[in-house]
Order: sequence, then C-alpha cells, then structure tokens
Amino acid sequence: MMHVSPVREPLINGEKSYNDITNDVMAPVRAKPGKLWYIGITVSTIVMIFGFAMIGYTVWFGIGKWGVNRTIGWGWSITNFVWWVGIGHAGTFISAILLLFRQKWRTSINRAAEAMTIFAVMCAGIFPLIHMGRLPLGFFILPYPNSRELWVNFNSPLLWDVFAITTYLLVSLLFWYMGLIPDLGTIRDRMKTLWKKKAYNFLSFGWKGSARHWHRHESMSLILAGLAAPLVLSVHTIVSFDFATSVIPGWHTTIFPPYFVSGAVFSGFAMVLTLMIVTRKALHLEEYITVGHVESMNKVIIATGSIVGIAYITELFMAWYSGVEYERYAFLNRALGPYAWAYWIMMTCNVISPQLLWFKKLRRNLTFTFILSIFINIGMWFERFVIVVTSLHRDYLPSSWTMYKPTWVEVAIYLGTFGLFFTLFFLFIRVFPVIALSEVKSVARSSAKKFIGKPIKNKTPEK
Amino acid sequence: MRSIIYGHFTDELDLLNAVKELQNKGIKIDDVRTPFPVHGLDSVLKLPRSRLPIAAFIAGAIGGSLGLLFQIWVFTRGWPLVIGGKPFLSLPSFIPVTFELTVLFAAFAMVILFLVRSNLGPGSLPDILDEEVTNDHFQIILTDRNNSASEAELEEALASTGALGVKNIKTDN
Repeated sequence: MMHVSPVREPLINGEKSYNDITNDVMAPVRAKPGKLWYIGITVSTIVMIFGFAMIGYTVWFGIGKWGVNRTIGWGWSITNFVWWVGIGHAGTFISAILLLFRQKWRTSINRAAEAMTIFAVMCAGIFPLIHMGRLPLGFFILPYPNSRELWVNFNSPLLWDVFAITTYLLVSLLFWYMGLIPDLGTIRDRMKTLWKKKAYNFLSFGWKGSARHWHRHESMSLILAGLAAPLVLSVHTIVSFDFATSVIPGWHTTIFPPYFVSGAVFSGFAMVLTLMIVTRKALHLEEYITVGHVESMNKVIIATGSIVGIAYITELFMAWYSGVEYERYAFLNRALGPYAWAYWIMMTCNVISPQLLWFKKLRRNLTFTFILSIFINIGMWFERFVIVVTSLHRDYLPSSWTMYKPTWVEVAIYLGTFGLFFTLFFLFIRVFPVIALSEVKSVARSSAKKFIGKPIKNKTPEK
Repeated sequence: MRSIIYGHFTDELDLLNAVKELQNKGIKIDDVRTPFPVHGLDSVLKLPRSRLPIAAFIAGAIGGSLGLLFQIWVFTRGWPLVIGGKPFLSLPSFIPVTFELTVLFAAFAMVILFLVRSNLGPGSLPDILDEEVTNDHFQIILTDRNNSASEAELEEALASTGALGVKNIKTDN
C-alpha cells in the first residue's frame, strides 16, 4: 500500500487521469494562439529589435554613447549581466538540486523554470560581450591557437566567467532538452498533420518510451543533476569572484560567493513566480501549478532572502569591525551617500519585504506573491547596481569622484534583453509543453488528488 | 519474418503484475513501453545497471585533466606571463576552469552516449505500435523470435494477464 501523507496537499488538483494531464498540458501547443499571445509576441519582438539596434548603435559609435566614465567603468551593463545570470539560477536549481532532494513539487515548474534559465543566461551573455567595446573581437576571450601565440589569462576571474557561463548555458540546455524529448514524443503522437508529426519526431529524437530507454534516461538525469547542482553554485560564485578578487572596497569581500549564490536563487525564484503566476492563469494550468507550489517557492524565497539579508548586515559589520577606513567609508557612503536611495530600495525590497512571507496567508496569496516577486526583482537589480556603482563612484582619489547616470542607449539595451527574453518565452509556450508531462505523470500516483488515498485497483477495466 | 505480439494496460500496477505473470510462465518480454518511468519496472525486467555514470566519470576525468594540464602548459611553457608578481604555476586559480571543463565533458559524453546507445537522435524513426504509449498506455511487446511458444500461445498468455487490444503483426526486420 502506498503511503499517504496526512499533511501534504496534492500536487495535482482536480480528478486528472494520465490522459487529462496530456491534454491539459498540450492544449497551448495544439490550439491556435489567442489574441493575447499575438499582442505579447509583437510587443516583445519590437522591443527586442529596438534593443539590438541600440547594440548596433553602441558598436558603431563606441561605448562613449553610454554613461560610463573613467571612474565608473562598469555601469548598467554589468549590473544587468549579474542580474540576468542570477535569474538564470532558479531553473537549474529547481530541476537539479530539488531532484536530488526528491522534491516532487518541482515536476510542475521545472520545465518552464529551466527554459527561463536558458533565456536569462542568453540575455546575460550579451552584456559582457558588448561591454568589451569591440564586439567583433569577442572571440579573443577564447583560448584558441593564434598567430600571436598568445593565450588567455587563466588567472583572471573574468575568464573563469567565460568558462562558467558557457558551461552553464550548454549543460542547462542539455539537461532541459533531454527532459523534453519524451514529452516531445507525446506531442508527436497527438499531432494530426504529417509535417507537424515529422517535425516533432525530429525534435523528440525518435522517442518511443521503451523501458530500456527510460531506465538509461533516469540514470542519466540523476547524474546530470549531480553535475548540474555544483555547477549552479559555481556559476554565481565565479561571477562574484569578478568583484571579490579585486581590491575595491565594497567588492573585496570573502562573503561574496555564498551571498551571491543565495541572492541568485532568491531573484531566480522571484522571476519564476512572476512568470508562472501569469502563465498558469493564461494557459489554464491552475490544477498543476497550485497554490501549494507557490507556497513552496515562497518558502525558498524566504530562506534565500533571509540569507541575503544576513549577508548585507554582515558586510556592514565587517566593514566596521575591520577597522579599515576605506572599507568603512565605502559602506557608509552606500547607506548615506548620494546613492542612498538605491541602497534603501535594495534594503526594503530584499530584506524587509520577503519577511512578510512568514505569514501563511500571504504565502498562499497569489496577488500578494506576484507583487512581492516584482519587488524582489527590482530589489535584486538594485543590489547589483549598488555593488557596482556605489563602490566605484568614490574611489581612492577624491579628485576623480563622480556620479553615473545611464544614457537612453543603455536603458534601451536593457529593455531589449527583456524583449529577447519574452520573445523566446512566448515561442517556448507555443512549441514545447510548459510542464514536464512525463515527470508529472510519474508523481501522479503518489501526489495527484485522483489517486491519493484511493484503494489500488488490480485489473484494468474493460473498455 | 517474425511476429510481434503486443497489448496494453491503462494502469502501471497492472503492467507490473502482468510482466511478472508472463515471466513466471517462462515467456521472454521483448520490450515494455510506458509514458513515464514506471517505478520497479527495471528490476522486474532485470535491466542491467546503466554504465552511463561510469562513462560520465571517465569523460569528466579526461575533461578535468586536459583542462588542468593545458592551463599548466600555457603558464609554464606556452607563454609564461607575470601577473601581479604571482608564481607562474598558481594552481588555485586554475581550479574554476578545471571544474567547468570536468562538468562540460562529463555532461556531453553522457548525453551523446545515451543517444547512441538508445539509438535515438535527430531523424531517428521509431517503430511505434500504439501512439497512446506516450499518453496513458502501458504496452508489453512479445515476439515469437525470442520465445519457443507459438504465436497463438503468446497471444493467449498476454490476453490472460488482462492486456487490452492484443494484436499480432508480422514484420521483416
């Protein structure tokens, strides 16, 4: 007899059979897209094209078109880079680390979250490339045999970043796609048109659901999860090294790796919530992404958000305790200097607002969670802005102190990455199943409302 | 020329029972196809433990050591650079790239081997007998080539386990 937990609520509401699960999840792929979808993709494509045009504008006229200057060399673009990479941490965290911890609720959200991860990392990758100023020479960051016989600097955290982000993107893509192939097979078999069948067969790699394949697939997924778990943690650790290995007060901190990783998971989950609360409504998946799922994600948010809060306070304490006057000044300047408004936005959004989630009522309130998730997205963006800009704008030499303000070009490029992100997301929900079908089915017996607590029948009824 | 005899169940527990029943009768099962990995099916079918983890370990070891050796070569032989007066061979700073390459090699090797071993890949054409297998059918496939019993006996044995829609088709391969 299967164990029935008296405490845990079902992960799939409604009396859903396996067939219902297939049909519900596939509905957006099968149906003709609605008006909202067309409006959404049109707007996001226009914004994306505008953003790319502004990248072209930057490449043509040079970085001088941005607000960065000699004192503040890393402006919006590095802020945006770290922000997007951070957002890209939720997907693989959900599918790898929660798989290893056997969290069944992950099955309803891992597919979309992982897609989001991949798109976010793509958006992130744009910024360091254009920030180098000479986009066509971007390949110089790769160690390849060249006529100058010169190699890259393996001692530089910026180069580690190249390896970390590339590996993360590729491995996340593999992990995501390998999870997709059984579901693409499901779509193939439900398609009526020949060319669609062929296209989905191509995409599904000819999946046929053989027990041998499943057996291998499961053992591969487990090892991939085992590989991806430390990878997730390594990526933002290495991003934090970009700052932590420098000698700038405010950056030169040993607390950075864990602080960045938890911040990344924090912001990533916030973005997953922002997207999923809308998606579940728009695609009618309320029975699969339940309030219980939202609550579980909110619990992760409160855990990581509290770690982030402790990290902020630890930074302040260490600045005072170290007795280094530069260090002390950097942090006083953050909280009370000309960028204090950014600091206090960060503090409010990241430290105070997630604490409201201690209340169960609020954790389970979708409207509240949605608004809160946007607050966290904003707060985490400001965290990176505070780290990058306020640490730089008053450096060791007071004569070079200055302020930084982005130009409209920088703003447009940032908006353009949103365009890219949402364009890809809109395409994704039309072509691929948003929920991992086979994974949801595999936990249905133990966690779907239809099966919980029901006696197990022994014979397939005659049709 | 061989015959393929197949039937399906709509419940994974019935499938497990049927597999056991057939095995007790000494019938070899050619393949079982399911919409999701059924718990306990691999042990009932006595599928050998996958060696993919071993392959991943080997590939990871290759990736990691290649990455580390390359960095050591670059910084001691290829083009030694003085960076901040630090030693040429600064192993700790080679760790991140070594780690990333380990993961990269292991992941790619495992996925490629998985696809090759399972005969899956872009353009692969599967022999699908029942399209509902990717939806909610749990299918058992028998073949007269692997079994001494006759086609009719196999059909009967399969039907007696409660399998629905038992069919027999002939193929050349």
